[in-house]
Amino acid sequence: MKIFKLHPWVLVSALVLLVLPLVLQPFGNAWVRIVDVALIYVLLALGLNIVVGFAGLLDLGYVAFFAIGAYLYALLASPQLLESWGWLQDHYPLGLHTPWWVVLPLSAILAGIFGVLLGAPTLKLRGDYLAIVTLGFGEIIRVFMNNLDQPFNITNGPKGIGGIDPIQIAGHPLSKKITWIGIEFNSVTLYYYLFLITVLLAVVICYRLQNSRIGRAWMAIREDEVAAQAMGLNTRNLKLLAFALGATFGGVAGAFFAAFQRFISPESFGLMESVMVVAMVVLGGAGHIPGVILGALLLSIVPEALRYVATPLQELSSGRIDASILRQLLIALTMVLAMLCRPQGLWPKNKSGGLR
Amino acid sequence: MNSHGTVLRVSGVNKRFGGLQALSDVSLTIKTGEIYGLIGPNGAGKTTFFNVITGLYPADGGQFELMDRSYEPRHIHKVVQSGIARTFQNIRLFKNMSVLENVMVGEHIQTHVGVWGALFKTKAFRDEESLIVQKARAFLAYVGLEQFGAEMASSLSYGDQRRLEIARALATQPQLLALDEPAAGMNATEKLQLQALIQKIRDSGQSVLLIEHDVRMVMGLCDRVSVLDEGHLICEGVPQEVQNDPRVIEAYLGHGETSQ
Repeated sequence: MKIFKLHPWVLVSALVLLVLPLVLQPFGNAWVRIVDVALIYVLLALGLNIVVGFAGLLDLGYVAFFAIGAYLYALLASPQLLESWGWLQDHYPLGLHTPWWVVLPLSAILAGIFGVLLGAPTLKLRGDYLAIVTLGFGEIIRVFMNNLDQPFNITNGPKGIGGIDPIQIAGHPLSKKITWIGIEFNSVTLYYYLFLITVLLAVVICYRLQNSRIGRAWMAIREDEVAAQAMGLNTRNLKLLAFALGATFGGVAGAFFAAFQRFISPESFGLMESVMVVAMVVLGGAGHIPGVILGALLLSIVPEALRYVATPLQELSSGRIDASILRQLLIALTMVLAMLCRPQGLWPKNKSGGLR
Repeated sequence: MNSHGTVLRVSGVNKRFGGLQALSDVSLTIKTGEIYGLIGPNGAGKTTFFNVITGLYPADGGQFELMDRSYEPRHIHKVVQSGIARTFQNIRLFKNMSVLENVMVGEHIQTHVGVWGALFKTKAFRDEESLIVQKARAFLAYVGLEQFGAEMASSLSYGDQRRLEIARALATQPQLLALDEPAAGMNATEKLQLQALIQKIRDSGQSVLLIEHDVRMVMGLCDRVSVLDEGHLICEGVPQEVQNDPRVIEAYLGHGETSQ
C-alpha cells in the first residue's frame, strides 16, 4: 500500500500544515500552543494505538511512560539533580545540560523497558483485569514521582522540576523566536514544526508496523488469542513487543513535553491523562491510524476551544455556571453522543478495506 | 515422503478433569499421507484428546512423537511450530481481518523479518511480504476462495469460513493437519464440498487427523478409523472393520437385549 501518493490533496494539506502556525500566531501564541499540545497528544494516541488498537490490550496506565520520558528529560537537562546532589556540581561546573538528541533515544528506550516491565506480569490477563493492573501501574509511577523527594531528592516531589532546558537545534534554543526572510517564527511555532515532523515520522512507523507480519500478528491476537496461538504465534513475545513499542512513543512525547513546558510536576501525569488518551484512541476508531489522529486532535483541541464558548455562557448566567465545569460537561456529552451514534469510533477502519 | 512412515505417535495419554477421567491410556499412530479418523459418541473425549495433542490442555501423562521426534504439547504455538496445525470445532477466524490477511497470519511461523525490517522497509522485508501475499493467494485458490481475498472474514458464509480456517491452518505448512469436527453445522452440499476438499488435501500428500461426529462422512473419507468411548480407545482399523465391530455398535447404540 502506497501511503504517500502525490495527490493534489496531499500537497494542499502539506501546505496547510506548514502555514498553520504562521496564520495562528497573530491571534496569540496561545492558539499555536494548543496545536502544539494537540500534536503531543497525537503522538501519545498513536503509541497507545499500538497497544490498544493493534494488539487489543486495554492499557489504562499509559501516562506512566509519558511521565518516565518527561522526568528523564527533566532530570538530565535541568538544575534539579545538581541542586540536590552538591557533589555532582564539581563534575558539571556549567550545569547538567544533556542535549535532546541524547535524551530522546534514552527516554524512548527507558520507556520501552518499563513497557516490558508492565507487560510481563499482565501477560495472562485480559480485558477488565488487564485494565485494572495497568491502571495501578500508572498510579505507581505517579506516586513515585510525587514521593521521590526523600530520602534523596530526585524528583523534587509535588513541587515539580523547573528550569528545564528548551530543545536546542543548531545552537538555537527553540524557546527564542527566529526571524527568517522577514517572517517571525515564535517559540511555539518552532516547536510546532519539531512536533509535526515527529508526528509524521510516527505515522509512517505506525503504518509500516501495521502492514508487516508483526502488525498482522498483533491484530490476530486482538481478534482471537487462542486462534493466534494456533497459528504458531508466540503471543507472549508479541504482546511484550507491543507494550514496549507503544511505550517508546510515550517516552518521546514525555521528553518533548518537558522541554516544551520547561516545568513538570506529578500533577500532569494523573489517571485522567491516561483515560483521555484511551478516549482519543477509542473515540477516533481504535486500530485505524487516521481515526486515532482525528480522535486525539478533537479531544485535545475541542476542550480548549470550548473555553472560549464557555466564558460567554458563564457571563450570561451571571457567573452561576462555572466555565471549567461546563467545559467538562460538554466534553462528556460529546463523547456519550459519539459513542451512541458511532460505537466503532468516528472514523473506523473500512469494513471491506482490508488488504486487497 | 515415505508413505510407510508415521507422522504422529502418541502412547499412554491420560487426562483427568477433577473426578472425571476424560482420557485413559490412549495410544495411536497416524501414518504419513493418510486420513485418520477419530470418532465416538458425545462426551467420549474426542475433543479433549484433540486439545491435549495440540497443547491446549496439558496432558497428565503420555508420550508424544511427531515425525519420530518427541514433542511436549505444553504450549499451543510450540506444537504448531513442531508441525501440527489445527482448526476449531466452533470456527475461530480473525473476524475483523480480511480473508487474505487471515491466511497471511498463518504464514507467520514460516517467515522471519522483524520490526527493523518493517520499519526500514528493507529489501528482505519487501521480498518476504510479496512472497507472503503470493502464497496466501495460492492457499486461497487451493480451497476455492480466491475471489473473496478482500472481504472481511466474518462476511463469508459458514461453509466458506470453514474452508478459510483450513487454508489458514495449511499456511503454517504442517506435517499433520488436525480438523476438529469440520462438518459440524454444515448442510449436505457444504459437507460434500468439504469432503472433496479434504480428499484433495490428502491426495497432495498431507496427513490429516479428522475428528468427526458424522459417522457416514468418516467412513467415506478415512483410511483408518479409531473409536473413542468414555476416554478409552475401544477399536482401531479400516472403516469396514470398525463399522461392524460389536464394541463400536454397543458404544453408539447401547447394550442389546441379548447381552443383558
